[in-house]
Amino acid sequence: MTTDTLQAEREHTLAMLVDSLSRYLGERFDLDQRLRSLAEATDAPPAFWSGLARELGLLGAALPEAQGGLGGGMAVHLAVMQTLGGALAGEPYLSSIVIGAGLLQRQPGVFSAALLADAVEGRAVLAFAHAEPEGRDERAAVRTRLVRDAEGYEIDGHKAVVHAAPWATHLIVSARSSGEPGDAEGLSLIVVERDAPGVQLRPYALRDGTRAAELRLERVRVPAEALLGREGEALPQIEQALDEATLAVCAEAVGVLRRLLADTLDYVRQRKQFGVAIASFQVLQHRLADMHMALAQAEALTQAVLEAVDGTADERARAVSSAKVAVARACRAVGQGAVQLHGGMGMTEELAIGHYFRRATLIESQFGPAAWHLRRVARLEAQQV
Amino acid sequence: MAWKLDAAEAGFRQEVRDFLDQALTPELRTAGRRCSGIFSDYDDGIRWHRILAQRGWSVPSWPVEHGGTGWTPMQHYIFASELAQADAPPLAPNSTRMVAPVIIAFGTGAQKQRWLPGIRNGDDYWAQGYSEPQAGSDLASLQCRAVRDGEHYVINGTKIWTTHAHWSNRMFCLVRTASGGKAQQGISFLCFDLDLPGITVRPIVSISGDHELNQVFFDDVRVPVSSLLGEENQGWAIAKYLLAHERGHAWAPLLRARLRRLREAARAAWPHSDADEARDMALRLAEADCAIDAVEALELQALRAQVQGEPPGIRPSMGKVLGSELRQRLTELGIEIAGRYAAVNLPLADSLQGELPVPEEAVFSMSAYLNDRAASIYAGSNEVQRNLIAAHLLRG
Repeated sequence: MTTDTLQAEREHTLAMLVDSLSRYLGERFDLDQRLRSLAEATDAPPAFWSGLARELGLLGAALPEAQGGLGGGMAVHLAVMQTLGGALAGEPYLSSIVIGAGLLQRQPGVFSAALLADAVEGRAVLAFAHAEPEGRDERAAVRTRLVRDAEGYEIDGHKAVVHAAPWATHLIVSARSSGEPGDAEGLSLIVVERDAPGVQLRPYALRDGTRAAELRLERVRVPAEALLGREGEALPQIEQALDEATLAVCAEAVGVLRRLLADTLDYVRQRKQFGVAIASFQVLQHRLADMHMALAQAEALTQAVLEAVDGTADERARAVSSAKVAVARACRAVGQGAVQLHGGMGMTEELAIGHYFRRATLIESQFGPAAWHLRRVARLEAQQV
Repeated sequence: MAWKLDAAEAGFRQEVRDFLDQALTPELRTAGRRCSGIFSDYDDGIRWHRILAQRGWSVPSWPVEHGGTGWTPMQHYIFASELAQADAPPLAPNSTRMVAPVIIAFGTGAQKQRWLPGIRNGDDYWAQGYSEPQAGSDLASLQCRAVRDGEHYVINGTKIWTTHAHWSNRMFCLVRTASGGKAQQGISFLCFDLDLPGITVRPIVSISGDHELNQVFFDDVRVPVSSLLGEENQGWAIAKYLLAHERGHAWAPLLRARLRRLREAARAAWPHSDADEARDMALRLAEADCAIDAVEALELQALRAQVQGEPPGIRPSMGKVLGSELRQRLTELGIEIAGRYAAVNLPLADSLQGELPVPEEAVFSMSAYLNDRAASIYAGSNEVQRNLIAAHLLRG
């Protein structure tokens, strides 16, 4: 096969995947159903999740063919996340598949292969327990301790706002066996069963309706095989996983913001004040134009960055940060604009846009706000000189 | 920046501070800090109002004969600033700052007697019946109808965005009493009790998860003709007079108090103030600080003009745009300082603490951000205010 036909075939597969996912979500997961299923999902993923795994079988589509996937890579993640974003259903695909399966697929060994298979078949749900209460967004700011002994490892620490933890069967925990918070060396990744002795959760809802938890790990015992990769050398893996997750929420944002803009266009066309549709007011038209341009840039840049994900770590970091800055600006412009143009109705729980606005607001700062990514771009650019 | 006070003003400020030290309990301060919208929770707000009423300070801006304090504009400003800095629960504007000034300006002697004392002492709590589902920015197109029937008006229709209607015992309401001609003609201003037969209050939950807003339905509601304020069909002038008061209040005192909290939160977030992130945020907070100075200067200028008897002109519209947008800007900084904890959706209560604590200020920051999206919508959207400002300029 020529490269062109291979590319065409990939695009065709991706389009079919997105199509079946959209249909599934549209038929079985409207806003009311979503709210109901999330309200019920206190300690297991919402009802739609098993369908994604079992009926659609798409959780492994990004994996290499050698690991039972379709070899779609990040392109699949972006297409799936954008579609899930349009239905406000990004979790736990983001935590369990983009981050969790992403980390596992790069680890050799029986342990990670078995957990990976469970994750893509929906039997296991993974949460990434990395951030800590004092850590802000610096990725090496890990204080949680990892100690090796004859039988395996022991972990002690506190993890903050662990997304999807109440739904998870397993936690992928970052911990430090040497050095100080902020040091690049000394970090490891290790898998902990969520119900293991010494794991304490304080679960809560997030503003977007998903669930997360504060996590205390107290003398948690883990067998040596649960360590992912080499002890003390996990920072590059963490960086890659978080960059991929950042790009994934950029794609999710595109789905969220498209819906916000579409609903706003509908609203200003039908809402009449002073005897005319409010869409006829120039000041609102200019705001709509700004919203559209912000979204168009975010969307184009997210797709463009896809090609940079396979480059060096620095190239990847630079590109992903740029996309996240554009997405954060778009989330604000489109989100705030949608509420403003809906007037009082935009402030209520009664229309979809309130729900989409809150998700867009959380995406703005997830995996670092624009200011953090700007500092990273500045740092990387300074290294070039 | 600090404003220069003369000896009398400094003495007055001390008097207010002494009063707050003993009257504003820790529970009330906590309630004030947890108020992320415009309105305090009813219980806390009315409790604080009644404490102020006992001191004679619940309605300072009213004429002295009705219970006002006769303060100078600077005293009013000092009072508002000290209350905000002490985290006093914000006082609901509907009764004291919205309907009361129009009762004073347009009411008969009997109406003033009937309505003002209850507002002053906190026995009564009023809801605002202005917007309708089809009449928002275009308020004059309102359709809620009142038909004269002997000694009553019979009301049919609906009002929306009626904040705290579920706590209110009275309502002021714009109704259509005549049609044909210009939309502004044929509007009347009615004041009545909310427990009358035929009135239904439907809650509207906002994007912050709070229930402050409502829609009120009227189904053949009979109110006595003595409910009419001013002349029948002349209510539009009253409506506009009220809106100028609603928009005309000072924003800077609360903005300053919010900024102080942001600085405290930033110090907690970055114990090492030389971190890049801390320095970036310090600069942005400084920018907000200077912006508050500018808003405050404009507000003090307006106060001086008011003393000299100048009409407010376009100032209330300018204050509304500048104040509301700066308020929104502060909440944007708030969620950024809060970091990942801004995403947490838990009630603001002592239970946030405990073994695995969630920082309350972070949870508050998102409530404030979401609630304050309304600031550029309510009391006349900022788009409409800018139109008014431009029209004022172009009239020359």
